[in-house]
Amino acid sequence: MLRSQFDQELNRMHVDLDRMCHLVVCAIENCVTAFKEQDYELAKDIIRGDKQINDVERSIEAECLSLILKQQPVASDLRDVSTALKVVTDLERIGDQSADIAELILEMQEVDSFLMIGHIQEMAKVATKMVKESLDAFHHHDLKHALKVKDMDQEMDRLFEKVRADIVQMIKESKDKGDLTINFLMIGKYFERIGDHVVNICEWIEFNQTGKLNNQRLI
Amino acid sequence: MENKIQARNLNLYYGEKHALKDVNLDIKENKITAFIGPSGCGKSTFLKTLNRMNDYVDNVKIDGTVTLDDENIYDSRVDTTLLRKKVGMVFQQPNPFPMSIYDNVAYGPRIHGIKNKKELDRIVEDSLKAAALYDEVSDRLHSSALGLSGGQQQRLCIARALAVEPEVILLDEPTSALDPISTLKIEELLSKLKEKYTIAIVTHNMQQASRIADYTAFFLVGEMVEYGKTEDVFGMPKDKRTEDYITGRFG
Repeated sequence: MLRSQFDQELNRMHVDLDRMCHLVVCAIENCVTAFKEQDYELAKDIIRGDKQINDVERSIEAECLSLILKQQPVASDLRDVSTALKVVTDLERIGDQSADIAELILEMQEVDSFLMIGHIQEMAKVATKMVKESLDAFHHHDLKHALKVKDMDQEMDRLFEKVRADIVQMIKESKDKGDLTINFLMIGKYFERIGDHVVNICEWIEFNQTGKLNNQRLI
Repeated sequence: MENKIQARNLNLYYGEKHALKDVNLDIKENKITAFIGPSGCGKSTFLKTLNRMNDYVDNVKIDGTVTLDDENIYDSRVDTTLLRKKVGMVFQQPNPFPMSIYDNVAYGPRIHGIKNKKELDRIVEDSLKAAALYDEVSDRLHSSALGLSGGQQQRLCIARALAVEPEVILLDEPTSALDPISTLKIEELLSKLKEKYTIAIVTHNMQQASRIADYTAFFLVGEMVEYGKTEDVFGMPKDKRTEDYITGRFG
């Protein structure tokens, strides 16, 4: 075969990318479980697991640079490699934010579960769905699906507004829970940021399929 | 942006062989247009139709039109010597004449009637400078051109083409016999020359096309499959055959 070496290297990059997607999905799913069930051991696992995500990111970056150096990819190959290089950054950030949430969960060990804000749980649910579906769209090169997932971010933003309102209410009702309210706000914000990273991933799927990013021609 | 050359419904037959099939292509003024494609795809044949070099081939039949500045170069009244003065050509193997560097460059102008020594001196110096060779040979203009390196010989051939003040320069794989540094020198040179000339280049080196060409045309079995801005052809090709060729899925 003319390009068997190239295909082999490209394939290795895709396998690692799938692995990174899997790790990130696990991190956010565990995050939601740890938050809902106040599972502190699971929260610690998430923090430990973040290093693994970072390591895979480095491997994928090295593989992409090696492909560019050795194979000078063009057309769909170039779009695949450049998409991978961009997407890993967002995946890594989602991993970081899951770890950040896990750390906050650990700080909140004394909190009664009834205080957990319902809207944050909804955000967690939407965030997980967005991450999983965007990676599914990425895997299947499914532009339509990616654009649908991108739209889900509006729901995320609406939910975050609700979380803010909930927190303002909490502050009004009790003066001695300052730390707690800030932690809730931060958790909400991290989930909201995860939504933004998913939007980026969806936009790179669009680039991968069309050469355009937000309707602007890149190549 | 103006089209310097336009090929319309161009068909070329070598005897029974249909070597170019209904090619329609514009070559834009002061741009570099690259022709890529596998061996035997018709890209060099097409290049040669642009200054009627195929006229020398036996049993060749050409249909359709090629216009240079809106005039059909296949019109029977066209003087092919004048045409080739306007549309110069550089080949794959550097082919300096077995004479001095000076005489190589002065050869064309002399044929076209220039005898005044001062004027010839000026043309030789200007052409060698434009071909980025002057500084390397200014102290041995009267030495044999055959003593130059391959890269220098090829730049001499470009200088020789420039000496007759062409408007278009055709290059048929001009760097395939050269080392990487000489190749880069020629590429740099072409990028500069396009300010004054219209350039069409056949290349097997796709990186070369993507580095220097403003427009790229992909040929396959005599057909011009895809033509567009180089970024589009290499970044987001429209035709699957182009994609397959440039990504090495077939050769």
